[in-house]
Amino acid sequence: MSEVILPSEVAKRQHHHHKPAAIGGGLISPMTVVLGALVAVAFFFLGQRFIYGLGAVTNVNNGYPWGIWVVWDVVIATGFACGGYAMALVTYILNKGEYHPLVRPALTASLFGYSLGGASVLIDLGRYWNFWHILWPGYAHVDSVMFEVAACISLYIIVLWIEFSPAFLEHLGLKDAKRKLSKVMFFFIGLGVLLPSMHQSSLGSLLVVMGAQVHPLWQTMLLPLLFLLTAACMGFAVVILEATLAAVGFGRDLDHELPMLSKIGKIIAGVLTVYLVLRLGDIVVRGQLGAIFTSGFKSVMFLIEMALFAAPIVLMAKAANRKRLSKLFAAAGSMLTGAVLYRIDAFLVAYDTGPGWNYFPSVPEMMVTIGIIALEVLAYIVFVKKFPILPGQPHQPSNGR
Amino acid sequence: MTINRRDFLRGAASGSAAVAACATLAPSRAEARGNLPIPENAVGLLYDSTLCIGCKACMSACKEANDLPLEDNVGEGLWDTPLELSGKTYTVIKIYQHGTMEHKDKAENGFAHIKRQCLHCADPSCVSACPVSAMTKDGPLGIVEYNKDACIGCRYCVAACPFGVPQFQYDTPFPEIAKCQLCKHRLDDGKIPACAEVCPTGATLFGSYAALDEEITRRKAMTPGEAALFPRRTVDSGDVHEKAAPEYIDDVYGDTEVGGTQVRYLSGVPFDKFGLPTDLPERSFASKSETLQHSLYGGLAAPVVVLAGLVAAAWRGSKNHHDDE
Ligand code: SF4
Ligand code: SF4
Ligand code: SF4
Repeated sequence: MSEVILPSEVAKRQHHHHKPAAIGGGLISPMTVVLGALVAVAFFFLGQRFIYGLGAVTNVNNGYPWGIWVVWDVVIATGFACGGYAMALVTYILNKGEYHPLVRPALTASLFGYSLGGASVLIDLGRYWNFWHILWPGYAHVDSVMFEVAACISLYIIVLWIEFSPAFLEHLGLKDAKRKLSKVMFFFIGLGVLLPSMHQSSLGSLLVVMGAQVHPLWQTMLLPLLFLLTAACMGFAVVILEATLAAVGFGRDLDHELPMLSKIGKIIAGVLTVYLVLRLGDIVVRGQLGAIFTSGFKSVMFLIEMALFAAPIVLMAKAANRKRLSKLFAAAGSMLTGAVLYRIDAFLVAYDTGPGWNYFPSVPEMMVTIGIIALEVLAYIVFVKKFPILPGQPHQPSNGR
Repeated sequence: MTINRRDFLRGAASGSAAVAACATLAPSRAEARGNLPIPENAVGLLYDSTLCIGCKACMSACKEANDLPLEDNVGEGLWDTPLELSGKTYTVIKIYQHGTMEHKDKAENGFAHIKRQCLHCADPSCVSACPVSAMTKDGPLGIVEYNKDACIGCRYCVAACPFGVPQFQYDTPFPEIAKCQLCKHRLDDGKIPACAEVCPTGATLFGSYAALDEEITRRKAMTPGEAALFPRRTVDSGDVHEKAAPEYIDDVYGDTEVGGTQVRYLSGVPFDKFGLPTDLPERSFASKSETLQHSLYGGLAAPVVVLAGLVAAAWRGSKNHHDDE
């Protein structure tokens, strides 16, 4: 407001750019209307699913009991929702405060990704009315990998809402509650890193008990570590993607975020290198090197995965590339595609329960998944418009491009 | 402030990755879990493919004993015609055919039957997988039981079973898992499994695991072509018939597969011809999976230690940059 800026205030002001602010603006736009329509279509098919059974809507069968409602809606969607995990990791745990402005938007995406991922499990459960058994003493089977996944995801959803609640409290003007909460927040931040580490790795462990039904290029005792590394990378990549999309979609300028994004690009390349070394090393150790070239369609998928994981490493090796949003975007996109493919391959392509079975999602099945994604995007748009999520802009309002 | 790779890796190692890395790469011996053994008082079935005449009496008896609906897969509307295990079918007799099909129990130009059903594994993948203890193997007889009232319908058991046994019902809003439970309700009443009860040739034979063991040994010692006696229903029923001894292949299916099963097969034709998985290791997948879980989460020790580290780091971190100024 004041025209004269004292030198001592410059720092304060700069700090203020980063302070999260609601974007504001109306909620009805062509974008939100289309998203709303997609959600409605999904609800229509969900109605059928609950009236007639899973087979009426999906193509899952007893040879492929898990389709995209598990593999995409849960396994992949929670990977996409690892932005909050990845940013909390670098910001608070590795004590890199510079990333702080990216935490809240990332957390918001995680919140919706996980909440909807958790909810969409109910859609897929055949006997959903019993879902509470999974956390109920007497029913819960702690040796089951799925128990671990379910317990950690449920807890994490709660932790995410707690981590996110300052934005609400701020909005509601409950300063006191917010201050009290922020005193103990470090505990939830710690939990918010532990829990995803546990269940993201366990999503990989789910496959171990399937044994020989999963092709040796994917079946390994390192599955938990490989899933964890790619999940963390997915989180970092999503942060880049999100920042880019927010820049385009809401017309925000990214000057202040670019240096952080370029460092994130570097982190992705580093983690991916570790991942590739472990993955390939493990294949060599298990004597499955030949399988890379002799497994037909599976070989092709494996090699595509490798290329998608290698591309970001190559791209991010050049400092100049790390400073360009388009290259960062490309690296993040390649990483995400690779990680998505890795999960689809491991759960569906590499899975073979015997001759005669096949699976490809039906159109209604895909529409439900698309509807869930639409709901997530819709919720995100509403939230960033109404709540202080995205880093504030230096020259407000700057969205009139 | 810059973040270089060393910093990052060091931080990551002290944090999350360490849990998975350490425990995966070096599972502690104390936590490692071996295969579960066949329970002492285990019961089971012996299905001898060479005795099976393909009458499918077992299939219809199974349907009756378990209140299962008929299914018509050939569109004739005349018979119960399951082609595979399904949500309506716990057991199915399938046939291997080759060439002219002249010779019973021969791979070349021959044919042979196989009975598909739950094998009641010693260390079942389905039990290990089930998150809500709906699949259990707790009783002294070692029967792998299913409790629909506990089941959440996640189908992890369907995905996990190496033999493709559990069948989910996709065509109803109130689905269950369909799977042979060795007619435990009949055993409770002092009867034997329905399929063994009705089998006219004793191809499906009920008995204790130990008794069936002896019977397997006896049959494999027979001289092919010479007359031999085969019991019906149970090993010691006394109801026997005479028949020329067949030529068995060496393998007994279920002896070692994923740690052994309580339902076992004898055959004159290699088991891969029936589409059964024959490359299964002796170490059970359940034991591998649970060893992994125990090493990572046993007693929650590792998670608690890691959590303490993470919380300490977060506390240090949040001092420097509160959510607000
Ligand atoms: S055969 Fe399959 S369903 Fe039966 S006990 Fe073994 S793992 Fe379970
Ligand atoms: S479908 Fe039912 S029995 Fe099978 S693993 Fe899930 S909860 Fe257990
Ligand atoms: S034991 Fe009972 S349930 Fe199992 S196949 Fe035989 S008749 Fe069917």
